[in-house]
Amino acid sequence: MKIIRPLLPLLSLVAAEIVAIAIPDSPLHQKAAHPYFAVLLLIVTAVYYIAAILNDRISKNKKEVKEHPIFYRAPFIAGTILFGNLLNIFTAKTALFPVLYFPSLDRVFGTLIEDRALIFKCIGFSLGILAKGVLGGLFVGFFTGLAVGFSKTAEYWINPIIRILGPIPSTAWIPILLVVFTEARSASAFIIGISVWFPTVVLTSSGIANVKNSYFEVSSTLGAGTLYKIFHIGVPAAMPSIFLGLFNGICGSFVALMTAEMIGAKYGIGWYVNWQKEMMAYANVYAGLIVIAVMFYLIITLLFKVRDRVLGWQKGVIKW
Amino acid sequence: MVGSIKFENVRKTFITLEGEKVNALNGVDLEIEKGKFVCLIGPSGCGKSTMLRLLAGLDTPTEGTVYLSDKKITKAGSDRGLVFQAHNLFPWLNIYDNIAFGLKARGLFKQRHDDVSSYMELVGLKGFERSFPHQLSGGMCQRASLARALIGHPQALLLDEPLGALDAFTRMNMQDELLRIKKEQDMTMIMVTHDVDEAVYLADMIVVMTPRPAKIEKIINVGLSQPRDRNNPEFIRLRSQILKILDFAGKEQSPEYNI
Repeated sequence: MKIIRPLLPLLSLVAAEIVAIAIPDSPLHQKAAHPYFAVLLLIVTAVYYIAAILNDRISKNKKEVKEHPIFYRAPFIAGTILFGNLLNIFTAKTALFPVLYFPSLDRVFGTLIEDRALIFKCIGFSLGILAKGVLGGLFVGFFTGLAVGFSKTAEYWINPIIRILGPIPSTAWIPILLVVFTEARSASAFIIGISVWFPTVVLTSSGIANVKNSYFEVSSTLGAGTLYKIFHIGVPAAMPSIFLGLFNGICGSFVALMTAEMIGAKYGIGWYVNWQKEMMAYANVYAGLIVIAVMFYLIITLLFKVRDRVLGWQKGVIKW
Repeated sequence: MVGSIKFENVRKTFITLEGEKVNALNGVDLEIEKGKFVCLIGPSGCGKSTMLRLLAGLDTPTEGTVYLSDKKITKAGSDRGLVFQAHNLFPWLNIYDNIAFGLKARGLFKQRHDDVSSYMELVGLKGFERSFPHQLSGGMCQRASLARALIGHPQALLLDEPLGALDAFTRMNMQDELLRIKKEQDMTMIMVTHDVDEAVYLADMIVVMTPRPAKIEKIINVGLSQPRDRNNPEFIRLRSQILKILDFAGKEQSPEYNI
């Protein structure tokens, strides 16, 4: 197993390439302009080997203690390639899956290349709305959460509102928003904002409510005033919970993106998927979904990095 | 400045979740001269922690008044330092920032930031500035929380079983540390404890309390000079006297054999 492990992706790749090149496509499938899938697999495998070896070099130079051995991800990459290979067999090669709903992988990946100008424009547009909505929802949610967490009066008045507004599905907002907002983009951002706002409020306020009371007591005997206690005890102590809210909020924002871009959008990745679905162009739908997944993955990875930095104190329970 | 403390007919009543009234403190009168080391001792439910919380200003008495240097205590303030049994260091701050917290909160950090290092040295934590609380042992954390309370120059230091969570050796070590710190920084220290030995070892004055009704049973002035010998006959006599008051002296046993 030890010797085979580094070779697994290569073996899986060879198998997939043989299938892709040697077996002819089923005549039921529309032909793609280029063998995109085969090329993509080559690129993925090459990138993986280069990255794994480079990573190993770098950590050796830095004399770091490595978390995982080199080629730790090899079985995973091999498995992913195998999955692609099977999909390729069931779609393009044998047409075992319904042809309309399961287009060939060549066409799905081909869309990403051939339609890239429009897709890029859509990504830019969606990121704009997402940024506006997420930041707005986060900002409002954080401060509402603080108010509810610290003030009994705010809790009395705001908590019922949260419980009523929170579970309303984002589509239900559309009629009201069309009246309130003159600009479609603002309405879209609002839908995303609300989906971020809800988990942020709930988890910020519950985070604050769960801060050990003795922290507040100690800080009072150290001479801290109310504001100082809120921002130097309450907020940092509730930070793990606030981040949890933010994670939930960002997940929700991607779900809401689809809805948000149903109203009067001219571009946007959610709009793109909706539009292509109506045209029954499922290769394009899948391509759009891949773009959304990658965007989501990158944003969440970034957020994890921020969290590790801010919540560094939570990690590591080394005692001496 | 060293503070004197006075309890004047202090009564504290809590209402439990079931709506019952519980007397946590029943008309307590107590005067503590400035610069004394006072131990409050007694079984749980005798109101000793309540007294400390009233002193800290975290609770207000139902009746009566508590004074610090003849000034009525109404709320928590930096003139009374407080150390709990759990160290309660802020886990998101490193040791340096934990100790500097009070100075920063009061806007004194700029002019007094050198104090942080000297207080770290006072409690023997030099070199651990950048460590986080979870990386240190219980004893070290308790030292840090002591430094955090001391840095604001409180008139009185309130200690709520500060050594309760430590192992026996660390505990004895910390008792000597407390005495050393008290000598270096003149202040009134009031400590709640369950440990009779600890009380006799440290205190100038021992306040023995009993529960139901929660009140002061006896005040004992310890005549021994510091440093104290735990095997001194007077030490042992005081200890058995307190145990007797608390009804923990045990049955008198006949010796198993005679010499």
